[in-house]
Amino acid sequence: MTSLSDRARGIAGGRRESWLVPALIVLGLLYPWYEDTLQILPLIGDFVPATESMVVMLALTMMAVGLNIVVGYAGLLDLGYVAFYAVGAYTAGWFASQQFEQVTFHFFSSVPNDQPGIHISMWVVLVLAGLLTLFAGVLIGLPTLRLRGDYLAIVTLGFGEIVPQVVRNGDNFGGFDLTHGAFGIAPIDAVGFPALGALGFPENFQTSPNRALWYYVIAFGLLLITVFCSVRLRDSRLGRAWIAIREDETAAAAMGVPLMRTKTWSYAIGAFFGGVAGAYYASFRAGAFPADFYFNISVFLLCMVILGGMGSVWGVILGGMILSYLDREGLATIGSKIQDAGVDFEPTQYQFGIYGVIIVTMMLFRPAGLIPERRHKIEMEEAVHDTPFYDVQTDGALTDRDQNDE
Amino acid sequence: MAESDNLVVATKVRKEFGGLVATDDIDFTIPRGSIVSLIGPNGAGKTTFFNQLTGVYQPTSGSIVFDSEEITNLPPHTITKLGIGRTFQSIRLFSQMSALENVLVGMHCRLHSGILGSIVRTRKVKREEAEASERARELLTYCGLSRRQEERAGALPYGDQRRLEVARALATEPKLLLLDEPTAGMNPQETADFIAFVLRVRDDKELTVLVIEHDMKVVMGVSERITVLEYGEKIAEGTPEEIRADPRVIEAYLGKGATA
Repeated sequence: MTSLSDRARGIAGGRRESWLVPALIVLGLLYPWYEDTLQILPLIGDFVPATESMVVMLALTMMAVGLNIVVGYAGLLDLGYVAFYAVGAYTAGWFASQQFEQVTFHFFSSVPNDQPGIHISMWVVLVLAGLLTLFAGVLIGLPTLRLRGDYLAIVTLGFGEIVPQVVRNGDNFGGFDLTHGAFGIAPIDAVGFPALGALGFPENFQTSPNRALWYYVIAFGLLLITVFCSVRLRDSRLGRAWIAIREDETAAAAMGVPLMRTKTWSYAIGAFFGGVAGAYYASFRAGAFPADFYFNISVFLLCMVILGGMGSVWGVILGGMILSYLDREGLATIGSKIQDAGVDFEPTQYQFGIYGVIIVTMMLFRPAGLIPERRHKIEMEEAVHDTPFYDVQTDGALTDRDQNDE
Repeated sequence: MAESDNLVVATKVRKEFGGLVATDDIDFTIPRGSIVSLIGPNGAGKTTFFNQLTGVYQPTSGSIVFDSEEITNLPPHTITKLGIGRTFQSIRLFSQMSALENVLVGMHCRLHSGILGSIVRTRKVKREEAEASERARELLTYCGLSRRQEERAGALPYGDQRRLEVARALATEPKLLLLDEPTAGMNPQETADFIAFVLRVRDDKELTVLVIEHDMKVVMGVSERITVLEYGEKIAEGTPEEIRADPRVIEAYLGKGATA
């Protein structure tokens, strides 16, 4: 007999070849070692991203996978996810930099022991960032998740603006400099293996000659963990409850699913991964800067989820990698090719316009995403085939379902 | 009457929507093990009463005691956990989930696996999930849906969707099963089958059942006691025979001329 989880996976994700995932993992992990070879290939060589860019792409994709738990699984439209990125990044700033130079505290850090400030090992800080962000997710979630649909989106949008503003102006909380204001916190400590230096591991990734490579390998590992947790949760009791809430909140409650607690968990777990990714990215950039936490990051992450396919983990990874690639390198590379051809057009200047076009095109031709979740696919196809002109009406019914019963 | 003989005791349950009184100080009891019906014309407040019983609405005043526990202002999921399972008038399955998954969601409040356990997939979680799916399959078979397990709920034929709603409600392990117009949209044959099914469920699972119904034939055939609502007020209560003879009921249902 096949186990339930196998069945559940079959239902949620469609059949996949069993060798494909391990093969992709190995290929992905070894990327820095064959990147050079790819880059000298004719035609496509110029489009191959550098390992350095890949680190950022992985961190952003990790956030998208986290956001997918909120938006894709539980169906809660979150327009303020950047807040969690910010909380994660600043946690790294607080616990692994010279920000609080009043104290000197070291705990397996990768910097010399005489540096002032709190310097906790980045490994611990990553977990800490996740937990703090999870806590922030619960705090933000408790008042907001009582709302449905559009109202929830608006309030999350609000929190997505509030957090960066607090960060930007947080250099004087009653005389206490919490966030160093518009300058941000820098430098943030590097990830490293201070205890394993003797074994040939770098004690500090930033100063290591293989900086990008090491950051890449760890980022890849973090993404793997995120994906693993995300898939396991999807196929669990909690995951079923999320999807039930997405489908019909009232019915879910009537079946014994506690709405607030279940939604808050989706929010908090989604936030957790956003926080870890944020802290890691901050370490890679060696700083947390308020200018990084604008609304457009929230939208950008949401675009990754939509492009890949809401609720589909593999789709979101693909969507995340594509969009973050275009953002980091792709558009610039394409631009230089276009200019080499003698046309005066610079795509990077129109980047958000281009993402907009991609999303609109997707919605027209493949509304369920690049790799759709099976359920969403049916939903979308039915909507397109059966009721092409009643979208508005259907939406209305979704927001005031309560009135339908009597 | 000793309290334990009544599974539900509702006292002066009142719900106002603005100026509209949807249920006007209704007193209502459901004896343990019985099948009780709530009938009345459209807009009589049947579903509103139902929704107060299940916690979807909070009563403006009055109290509801279920199995000796006050449930008046509890949220729906807590009430479900205490043992009230329900179906919906307009079918509200999780239409993109399979029949099996629908039933598994119904079991949510009876399962315990937590977040970390689910990620690590401990032996305990695995066993619980395996047992849950086994029970879900049994329930589906019991409800005549054994061959529909993997089918998407939304794609099932109408009658099967109704059955799946019952299966999902049974998965919550209720003491009281609430059926909100379960035979709406069914033809006479399907209706007869469904009534037989409900009676069988009641006997097998030792449930108490409350049915909201329009269809007098269904109501008379299945219930032991009937309560009639009109304009939010209880106008009659009694056995099917008493209700059939009650002039106010006939008037409310069939119009004044029918009494003649």
